[in-house]
Amino acid sequence: MSTHDYLRQRFFPHMWCPGCGHGTVLNSLLRAVEQLGMSKNEIVMASGIGCSSRISGYVDFHTLHTLHGRALAFATGVKLSKPELNVIVPMGDGDALAIGGNHFIHACRRNIDITAIVMNNRIYGMTGGQFSPMSGVGINATTAPFSNIDREFDVVKMATAAGATFVARSTTFHAQQATDLIKQAILHEGFSVVEILSQCPTHFGRKNKLGAAADMMQHYKDITVPIGSSKKKDNPDLIERGIFVQEEAPEYCREYDKIIEQAMKG
Amino acid sequence: MAKKKKLKQHHIDRDWCKGCGICVHFCPKNVLELDEMDKVFAARPEDCIACKLCEIRCPDLAIEIETEEGGS
Amino acid sequence: MSTQVKFVQGNEACVEGALYAGLDFFAGYPITPSTEIAELLSRRLPMAGGKFIQMEDEIASMAAIIGASLTGHKVMTATSGPGFSLMQEALGYAVMAEIPCVITNVQRGGPSTGIPTHGSQGDVMQARWGTHGDHAIIALTASNHQDVFAMTIEAFNMAETYRTPVILLFDEIVGHMREKLEVPEPGEIPLVERLRTSVKGGVNYHPYLPREDGRLPMSDFGDVHRYNVTGLYHDMWGFPSSDPDVVHGLIRHLVDKIENRTNLLARYKEHHLEDAEIVMVSYGSAARSALHVVKNRRLRGERLGLLELQTLWPFPKDIVREKCANAEAVVVVELNMGQVMQEVKKAVDFPERVFLANRIDGVFITPMDIRKLLRLIQGKGV
Ligand code: SF4
Ligand code: SF4
Ligand code: SF4
Repeated sequence: MSTHDYLRQRFFPHMWCPGCGHGTVLNSLLRAVEQLGMSKNEIVMASGIGCSSRISGYVDFHTLHTLHGRALAFATGVKLSKPELNVIVPMGDGDALAIGGNHFIHACRRNIDITAIVMNNRIYGMTGGQFSPMSGVGINATTAPFSNIDREFDVVKMATAAGATFVARSTTFHAQQATDLIKQAILHEGFSVVEILSQCPTHFGRKNKLGAAADMMQHYKDITVPIGSSKKKDNPDLIERGIFVQEEAPEYCREYDKIIEQAMKG
Repeated sequence: MAKKKKLKQHHIDRDWCKGCGICVHFCPKNVLELDEMDKVFAARPEDCIACKLCEIRCPDLAIEIETEEGGS
Repeated sequence: MSTQVKFVQGNEACVEGALYAGLDFFAGYPITPSTEIAELLSRRLPMAGGKFIQMEDEIASMAAIIGASLTGHKVMTATSGPGFSLMQEALGYAVMAEIPCVITNVQRGGPSTGIPTHGSQGDVMQARWGTHGDHAIIALTASNHQDVFAMTIEAFNMAETYRTPVILLFDEIVGHMREKLEVPEPGEIPLVERLRTSVKGGVNYHPYLPREDGRLPMSDFGDVHRYNVTGLYHDMWGFPSSDPDVVHGLIRHLVDKIENRTNLLARYKEHHLEDAEIVMVSYGSAARSALHVVKNRRLRGERLGLLELQTLWPFPKDIVREKCANAEAVVVVELNMGQVMQEVKKAVDFPERVFLANRIDGVFITPMDIRKLLRLIQGKGV
């Protein structure tokens, strides 16, 4: 199958703005699914609310477009009730970490076999450019007209601390790497988190004078380094890309199967 | 990209392309350009090395590189 | 296996009913006074091959059961007061996306944390209008354990039949009280199973296109049909639409599929209504005291009757109107400030003769409380 076979092509061109990184994330994700040779019927995609969450409408899987921040909770019900399904949950940064923060950390903690993709553009795009928990200090947003004083989360650190057993990061510039990480995340048995830095040229870019979409992607190239790069020693502000956590741990659905076995013995 | 493939054709979906310029900007061989309608076209296809960087980064899934071996 | 006789709490009767109905997925969060339901199911479900999960909050619990319903399971969550408030967002989603599921609310006193260990019937209106936007809902209740069992099964049957969330509105008093329960043999009470589409793979399946009889066949996530589920207004494939005709058609469908069946969905019990001069209307634990008063007064020859409502929503207004038509006075007995009384007033021709016997102090309403009001109505002084 080609990547386009996984699309609901009748809805294209999609609703995202020209140059929106979310389209590139969709592109990377489809390549991962295609390279793994997955069938459309074995995948459930659950998403929340926001620009990012519209992704579920465009893919020809079983798709569940849920509530703001709650996608992982819906996905947990899907996965536990039918563990043979592959469940992928793309989320925006506000979606995953502000309103959905509690669901996020608990999904990490349970280590349920779900692939979470955080499409991090550091802004609320759909509502017009308010700061998110990922914006960080000094950013301009419609709700931070005098510059933002809210400190940001580090998704990788948070997912790691909360117990996710696969944690990785890439960017839309590094689309090849993003595809590779998503592939590994899908194959990983347990809760996996892939953060992908994704540009919102319309709001984040414009308000912070970061130029066109391509300039923002170029910026991702400049501000990131592979994990362990010596450049990070000279410039601690550089953001690392790659796999931070990849470990085996008891997976929730399998553990529950053991509970059933035990309970049925009486 | 495991082994080098040769370009056969650029497939560009003009309805899907939004003219964001990402593919143009990052093409290592300066093959692509935007036309007066802000749609991408292969201005110098003979220079293309079929690296597919345009294809994998396009946010609109609007450009595909077909190679001689028939791979896409 | 023959009929099992048990001596149980109301919450356990609900568990028995749910398991009898085929519940195989439960998600919940601990909260007084419904916690026993989760505790019991955490043991009973895996014993039967089903699944129980304790989620991080009630929002997640509601979300998880919706997810599990979509893979083809019979699902339930249980909560109380503040937890029910948290569930309203996803409850609206279940209404919009037409997801069969059962939500048990063992009511306690509110608002807010209120009075967790005491009974109340203060959530009647929240069950109706707690989630935002126009919609219809089914809510059932019961006054004794045999009926808690029966109504729980009804809830699952209605949820499957109409592809809708159904609320079980019990109260702390019934939930924690112990009495006898007879669990009938499997097969004795008819069950409604999930209606799955007969459309073959590769053929266009419309998850949101009602059949002639109004039912909407489903397809489990993971099966051959791939479709979209959303809380947005959507077309018959489940894809978002803001076309005014689609929006109008969907909201009408969501409301009509329930409101047009008000009489069909009505569950109630009649006690001595044939010649009643005073009709009491009550439900849940309050109906126990009302029934006690009716029985006593009948012994003295007084013409009292009781209409015990088991379906609260859609409100059975035609039935209330008919049963109260010949009454001189109607007394609504409930543990709130008149939430059902207002509906009764709207239903009958003589709202000025509808009275309220209630308690709102967390204490169970006694026959004595009701008698006091009756003396007033009957002109016998205080
Ligand atoms: S507003 Fe930003 S995030 Fe939303 S579609 Fe446009 S570019 Fe993408
Ligand atoms: S990246 Fe895609 S959408 Fe942007 S100009 Fe190139 S083909 Fe068009
Ligand atoms: S395949 Fe590579 S060289 Fe050819 S047009 Fe695309 S980016 Fe340029």
